[in-house]
Amino acid sequence: MLGDARGSDDAQDHERKLSDADKKNPEMNKPLRDTELLPDDDGGPLYAAGKKIYPQSVSGSFRRIKWILMAVCLGIYYFLPFVRWNRGLAAPDQAVLIDLANNRFYFFFIELWPQEIYYFTGLLIVAAVTLFLMNALGGRVWCGYLCPQTVWTDLFYAVERLVEGDRRERMRKAEEGWSMQRGAELVLKHSIWLMIAWWTGGAWVLYFADAPTLIKELVTFQAPMVAYIWIGILTATTYTLAGFMREQVCVYMCPWPRIQAALTDEWALNVTYKYDRGETRTSLKKAAQLRALGEQVGDCVDCNQCVAVCPTGIDIRNGPQLDCIQCGLCIDACDNVMTKIGRPTRLIGYDNDINIHRRMEGKPEVFKPLRARTVVYSGLIAAIGAVMLYAMLTRSLLDLNVLHDRNPVAVRLSDGSIRNGYTIRFLNKRGFDRVVAVDVDGPPNAVIHVVGSDSITPDRPMIILARDTTTELRVLVDSRPQSEEDLAPSTPVKFHVTDIGLGEVATAKDVFVKP
Amino acid sequence: MADHAHHAEIDKVTGTATTGHEWDGIKELNTPLPRWWIWTFYACIIWSIGYFIVYPAWPLMDGYTKGLFGYSSRAELAVDLANLDKVRGDKMAALATAPLAEIEKDPALLALARAKGKVVFGDNCAACHGSGGAGAKGYPNLNDDDWLWGGTLDQIEQTIKFGARSGHDDAHQGNMPAFGKDGLLTKDQIVIMANYVRSLSGLSTRSGVDLAAGKQLFADNCSSCHGDEAKGNPELGAPNLTDRIWLYGSDEATLIETLTNGRGGVMPAWTGRLDPATIKAMAVYVHSLGGGK
Repeated sequence: MLGDARGSDDAQDHERKLSDADKKNPEMNKPLRDTELLPDDDGGPLYAAGKKIYPQSVSGSFRRIKWILMAVCLGIYYFLPFVRWNRGLAAPDQAVLIDLANNRFYFFFIELWPQEIYYFTGLLIVAAVTLFLMNALGGRVWCGYLCPQTVWTDLFYAVERLVEGDRRERMRKAEEGWSMQRGAELVLKHSIWLMIAWWTGGAWVLYFADAPTLIKELVTFQAPMVAYIWIGILTATTYTLAGFMREQVCVYMCPWPRIQAALTDEWALNVTYKYDRGETRTSLKKAAQLRALGEQVGDCVDCNQCVAVCPTGIDIRNGPQLDCIQCGLCIDACDNVMTKIGRPTRLIGYDNDINIHRRMEGKPEVFKPLRARTVVYSGLIAAIGAVMLYAMLTRSLLDLNVLHDRNPVAVRLSDGSIRNGYTIRFLNKRGFDRVVAVDVDGPPNAVIHVVGSDSITPDRPMIILARDTTTELRVLVDSRPQSEEDLAPSTPVKFHVTDIGLGEVATAKDVFVKP
Repeated sequence: MADHAHHAEIDKVTGTATTGHEWDGIKELNTPLPRWWIWTFYACIIWSIGYFIVYPAWPLMDGYTKGLFGYSSRAELAVDLANLDKVRGDKMAALATAPLAEIEKDPALLALARAKGKVVFGDNCAACHGSGGAGAKGYPNLNDDDWLWGGTLDQIEQTIKFGARSGHDDAHQGNMPAFGKDGLLTKDQIVIMANYVRSLSGLSTRSGVDLAAGKQLFADNCSSCHGDEAKGNPELGAPNLTDRIWLYGSDEATLIETLTNGRGGVMPAWTGRLDPATIKAMAVYVHSLGGGK
């Protein structure tokens, strides 16, 4: 692995210390209690019933960050299709548009053709390495703050809380059974959920057609069937995944938690319960008494607030676990409690095992954001980004692809000269028609002829390339060598296409062969 | 399995219940799947039964179960082809009405004619002329500029329509007589003639052959079809003997064979088999291969 450059003495030293510390306290990483080891009611069956989770509302800095990111992400998703971008009359004026019918992708000033799909490949590689970098720096940043599953689930929980009340109320109502009010609340909650889900599906299809036009068509039932079908599909998936599947998606369906577990290292900062400070858990009263006696007690008062706010229903104090999406809400919950009882905050915080051990040994904390893997990841992102940017800025808006005839590869004409046929596809990526001249050089006395182009300049065919499209033409090249030896069995040939107005030139190479 | 609930043993290290199964001291941890997962699995099974009923699914001795939807990929293809014809209908109509000479000047019509012509050529002509029209011995190369029956668009269309020696009333007629077999020329005269014909396009001749005699023989026997200058005559399908292109070969032996046994390759008539618009497309396609005049 890239980041596994743990060759330094420092790191080896550190590992030795880790294992020493482990011997002293074998359950270091797992401050589980025996009472927690009891199986739940159906500890035996092979299929576990889902446990409904009722996350409690919480306020604090991480909750604020999550609200802001949710607003930004959803704002972009829902409103981006309405942003306009003037590209002249020839092209659509939607800033971001995936025009499947015409095989074009528009993103503000960029227009991509299907054959330029490799830009997306580059973008996906950059995105993947960015995820790796996030993981190396701050753990599951993506899962906790940015993943659509997290964002929409968070939104759906907010709706649930608004309609049914907070954790305790919801749990009470779930147990109480049916009443008119309960029914009305459920209808209201599911209606709002469905509306959000429907809007989510609706926004999705707007990326594939002119948004204002499509909306007009949608409300007058004039839109293509496929638009309604996709709105239906995305309404259903949003409603199901954010309303019902929720943390099950992260725990059982998503591969990313597993991949991240393999990617992480001991220096990455993760949402961590600092058990060096927290253990032994002691009730508030008892802790005060013990402290008065000058004894060392843990800061954790076992209030279970971190568990109550957790959207995946886990106990962060059990150490790093697959189910933890690292949203940071337990940090807020714990900070609120610590503030109230007058103890320092961040008993739960972004931390790692290394620093827990160092603190236990009375050493200062060490943070290493600059490590081999973070440097390599950043370098990769910068390099790939630079290559893509360079390719994007220097890409040609006039191009040609040459395909040599395969059968016959060459033809001898009645006067002894030799002809090769080519199929050339000309690409005009500009938004206007243009006239180009086609030239050839390479074989002796080469003459070029474009089938179907009547040229006033016989030796230099002129063709019209329609705007924003490709033109495929058959091109014949005749060579009349002085003698047979004058022409090699295979001669390199170059085709030049020159925009008469702009002077833009594109060149392609091929070969000219003898029969 | 109900037993497990009572006797569930907890693994100390992971805090997970075991299934109670033990092999050589190693116990199996019970990490149950979520129940919704198994319901999804059952739903898939039910879905597959539905799929089995409505779609073709099971082979029988004389066919297969057709399914309630009566789906068949062949029928779907037929629908797609019909749709394609419908979509292309206007363009093909334009192709059918456009004068032959105008098609190459209109980029859209040219592209259509070339696309259509290429497919039809592959289906009907490639067997003799080769997939790219490169030809073979006795089957003309359609990429070069040497045409037995003329290389203008009209002439090409004419040849495709009615063929050569095809039996059609309007077909091109005219044979290379069998000068040797029919006793029109002696063997010696044929050798002289073969060498003389080679000399017309600058090819080497056998030493000691009387080319002057060849010239006289040519004037007496051949020039009526091939012309005094031996430049050929597309009316009769008589090839130009002074160029570098030979349908059957230019070596002495092949020429002697040609002179002795005659030649008369057959090109079928396509009118009646292909509709006029298709023949037009094919004429444009062949013309655009490069040799057309």
